[in-house]
This record gives sequence, structure tokens and C-alpha cells, in this order.
Amino acid sequence: MSFFNKFLFLVAFSLSATNSHAALTIEISEGVSSTLPVAVVPFSSTGASVNISAIVNADLERCGYFKMMAEQAMPSKPNTASAVNFNEWQSASQNYLVIGQLADAGNGQYNVQFQLFDVYKSGQLLGYRMTSSAADLRKTAHHISDLIFEKLTGKKGVFSGRIAYITTTNPGSKQQSQQLQIADADGFNPQTIASSVEPLMSPSWSPDGKRMAYVSFERKSAAIYVQTLATGERLRVAEFPGINGAPAWSPDGTRLALTLSKDGSPDIFILNLSTHSLTKLTRSFAIDTEPSWSPDGNSIVFTSDRGGKPQIYIVSSQGGDEKRLTFSGSYNARASFSPDGRNLVMVHGNGNDYRIAIMDMSNKSINVLTSGRSDESPSFAPNGSMILYASKKGGTGFLSAVSIDGKIQQKLVFNSGEVREPSWGP
Amino acid sequence: MKLNKTIIALAISAAFLSACSDTDEKDASLTDGSLNANSGINDASTNGLNKGYGMNGSTMNGDYASTLGPEFNDPNNPLSKRTIYFMLDSSEVMPDFVTVISAHSQYLIANPSQHITLEGNGDERGSREYNIALGEQRAKSVASMMKARGVSENQLNVVSYGEEKPAVLGNNEAAWEKNRRVEVAYQPR
Repeated sequence: MSFFNKFLFLVAFSLSATNSHAALTIEISEGVSSTLPVAVVPFSSTGASVNISAIVNADLERCGYFKMMAEQAMPSKPNTASAVNFNEWQSASQNYLVIGQLADAGNGQYNVQFQLFDVYKSGQLLGYRMTSSAADLRKTAHHISDLIFEKLTGKKGVFSGRIAYITTTNPGSKQQSQQLQIADADGFNPQTIASSVEPLMSPSWSPDGKRMAYVSFERKSAAIYVQTLATGERLRVAEFPGINGAPAWSPDGTRLALTLSKDGSPDIFILNLSTHSLTKLTRSFAIDTEPSWSPDGNSIVFTSDRGGKPQIYIVSSQGGDEKRLTFSGSYNARASFSPDGRNLVMVHGNGNDYRIAIMDMSNKSINVLTSGRSDESPSFAPNGSMILYASKKGGTGFLSAVSIDGKIQQKLVFNSGEVREPSWGP
Repeated sequence: MKLNKTIIALAISAAFLSACSDTDEKDASLTDGSLNANSGINDASTNGLNKGYGMNGSTMNGDYASTLGPEFNDPNNPLSKRTIYFMLDSSEVMPDFVTVISAHSQYLIANPSQHITLEGNGDERGSREYNIALGEQRAKSVASMMKARGVSENQLNVVSYGEEKPAVLGNNEAAWEKNRRVEVAYQPR
């Protein structure tokens, strides 16, 4: 507890004219106490509908690493380096300063430039000038956040990423329907890529972020689809009798690991997407499901109850001996590897509560990161720093994110409906 | 003096600019395409869904079973009970429900053209795909008891919805115990 304090605040996003369907607000419920003070001065702007500096400020605030200076507290609002007086920012106890400009370049294009300064060294750390179409201004803002984050923390930013999730509209009513949506990492620009009154499940990003595999019950039984995001074109790749579930892309994007129960009990199979050949990987008489690939593609972890309770097992993606990995806790399920392959994240249950836990692959020690009663569907951020997961409180499902050391916690509150099964994409 | 340096040091990285324009192209195609995707997919699902709309779930099938005869609506007749409940993380049929399964088995044996779907379900706790597997095990437990009583395999269809179709919404044991279930859904003949 001495490493971090608890604080709570809300970042409420205001909507621009072009983004009328707001997605969510993000609460940071826990952050590191050693947050770096950063001031993002509102950029000068001509005629743009997107407030780039506000987006950058919100991104940096939300990630939990920085303490952002309120605009009202700023001693001045420079937009050029020559107008910066480092003494006054030092007096205001700011470590870093971001300034910038946004100018209409005509033909729907904007020139964007920004600079990041180290206030105490009175020197520039970063400076970029870029061109952005009006439609891409939000993306440009997230890109700026990524550049600043990486410069200040040494870790890759994830503000430009996207998330997929399932949401239910009109839950409990006859009009109830499920949507598979994709949104920016800050919840903006939600787009429905599939919609059904029957369940949609288990969205899985292709490694290049161009396709999505998911399970749909729209034909009254489970089938696995692969959808190309750019065109909306989709293929039904598995519709066998029984379970067709838990699709997981191989790191090279050529194969899907999946769960089929066509032979009796649920087993893990590998489907080659170009040859359509199907290889059976596990053969137990128990439940084997929820496959996930190691980053090198050599191994697959999965959930099995062959020992009586669900636990995590590992097998070579070529097949062979299946080895149990988890021994602590009565319930361990839905494991997936961190991008560096060193950790596994999973749902960890003690019979009462189901929480998100991380396991160190080198010594198999388990660290429980969350404190909900029903936390599930953990998904690593592409940079491995945060884990997105689904949580429930008072009957409503929402998304949360936690840093891999458990110190930073965010709650993503969607404006309407239940949200579940998040998947953090590239 | 350092300030002067910083003023002229607005770095423009050529590598970044080229990377950025790649991104821009990608972004543009995605934005355009995603809009197409929306309409394409909504059309596709809507078609599929309209076909099935109103025919699914316990309401319609429940209504159908209740039209089969007065015994399906008589609370004293086990045929009126078409839900079998389970313990946490278990697919073992509890003794209380043997009478219900036997009654439906006898009806199916006597009416060999009648088909049913056994819909397996679970509570919301734990992971969703594992709950799909658990729901299937529950439905298969009921199916194998029916087969053991002489029901033809051809009359039985099994589907698992896991935790995706709760009978009751709620985060407490009262809701969970109503959701760990197999529904016996009579299919229109």
C-alpha cells in the first residue's frame, strides 16, 4: 500500500459534432502515487472539430502514470517554444510540458505539431509535425499520446489500439439483442460489426488486426465466423454438431485453435484457414476448451477439468504430452500469454469469487490482481502493461483494466447496456 | 540559452512521416470499409435473425409444449416441469429430477415423431466458454438418461448456451441456482 495511494476521479469526455455516439467514461480507481506531473497546454487551433490536446490530456490522465495539470491552474498558455517560460512551469511543480498547434491546411487536411519539454532541464524531449485528415484527428491525437507515453515511460503506448467487446441492448426485454462492437481504446467511435438476437461470443483479433473470429448462435446452434473488418465479408469456418467455440488465432494468422465437441467431449482442434484441414490436439474424455497460443506459436494453453476441477494445461501446438500448469486455487480458466510470453493471465476462482490472476511462467507463482466477485475474460494490452477484463456489479457488466502489478485500476463505464468479453486488439 | 536550441529543434523525422502516412492510408480504408461492414453484416444477421425471430427460446417452445395436451399444464403432472436444475460446477442430475426426466422419456417413447432440444445453461460465474462446455455436459447428462430409458437418439437434440441465456438476471445464489439448468424444449412437429 505504501507504493500507491487510492484516488478516484472521473474523466468525462465531451462529444464533438462528428462523434455523436459516446461510448464510455473511464474512472481511475487506483493509480501509482509516484505520478509524474505533466501539463498539456491547450493547442492553438483553427476550425477543427476535434480538441486534440484534450484527447492527449485524457489519454495521459487515464493511463495512471501521470498527474495532469488542470487548465485553470496553468500560469500561461504558450503555443510556441519561444513563448515558454520554464521558470513559471518549475514554480508550478510541473516536470513535463506539452504544447502544440493545429492549423487548417485546406482540403480537409490539418497540420498538427507538438513539442514535449523537460521543464527542469529546460529542454525539448520530442517534437513532431504531421498532417492529418479531419476524419483522422482523433487517431492523430492518440498517436501523439503514444509518442509522449513512450518517451516518458520507455514503454510503448496503447492509446492507438482498439478494443472489441460484446454488448447487450434492451437486456431482459423481447427486443434484446447482442452486438459485437469495435471501438478506439478510449471507447470512442464504437462500430457494430455483427448483431444478433441470439448470443454472440468470444471475439478474437487476428494478429494483424484486420480480421475478427467470433462465435455466433444466429443459426440456433454455435458456429465460428471469421470476418474481414474492412469489407464486412465473413466466412463460417466451423459449424459441427455440438460446441463450436473459443477461437484463438495462431501468432502467424494462418490457423485457428478452437473447441469442438463433435466427437463427444469438448476437445481442442487446430483449423488451418487456407487448407481448411482440421487437426485434433487433445483427446481427453473431460472438458478441454479455451485454447490460447504462446507468442512463438509453439505451445497452446487450455482449460481442462480432467483432474476434477478446471485447471490450466499446456501442450505443444504439434500435439504430444499435456502438462498441468496450475495447482493453486480450485478454479483456473481462460488463460492467455502476455505478449512477451513470460506470464499467463487467467480467471482464478476459490469457489466463491472469480478474479483475474497472473502467473509467472518461470516459477508458476500466481498473483491475484483484482477484487471483484465475478471477473472474467482477461485480455492483455498489446504492450503487455495492462489487462482488460469484464466485471459485474449490481447485475450490470462493465469493463475494467488493471496493470500487471495490480497498482493501476481503471473502470470503463459504458453509457448503456451490459458490456462483456473485451479483447484488446492491435 | 538552452531555450534557443529547443526553439530550432522541432524535429521532423522522415521515418515517422512515412510511417504516419502508411497509418493514414490504413485508417482511411478501415473507416470507409467499416461503414460498409456495418451495413453488410447487419443485413446478413438481420436476414438470419428474421427467419428465426419469435421461434426461439423457451416462450415459443414452452407454448408449443403446453399445446400438446392437458398433462403438460397440470402442475401435478411431471410433464408440466420442463426445467432440470443443477449444483454449482456439476452436470450430475439430482434425484429430485429423475421423475421429470422419466415422464418426458415415456412421452417421447409413446410419441416417436416428437423431437426435443435439451438446452444446457450455466450461471454467470467463471469463464464463458467453460460454461458452454459445462452446459453441454448438463444437457448430455439428461440426454443419456433419456436414452437409457429407451428414447431414440433421433428425437434428441442438444445445444448449450452456457451463461449466455440466463433465466433470471442477478448476481446472487437465488438467481444462479435458477440459471444452472437444462430446459426441455419440445419442437413443433
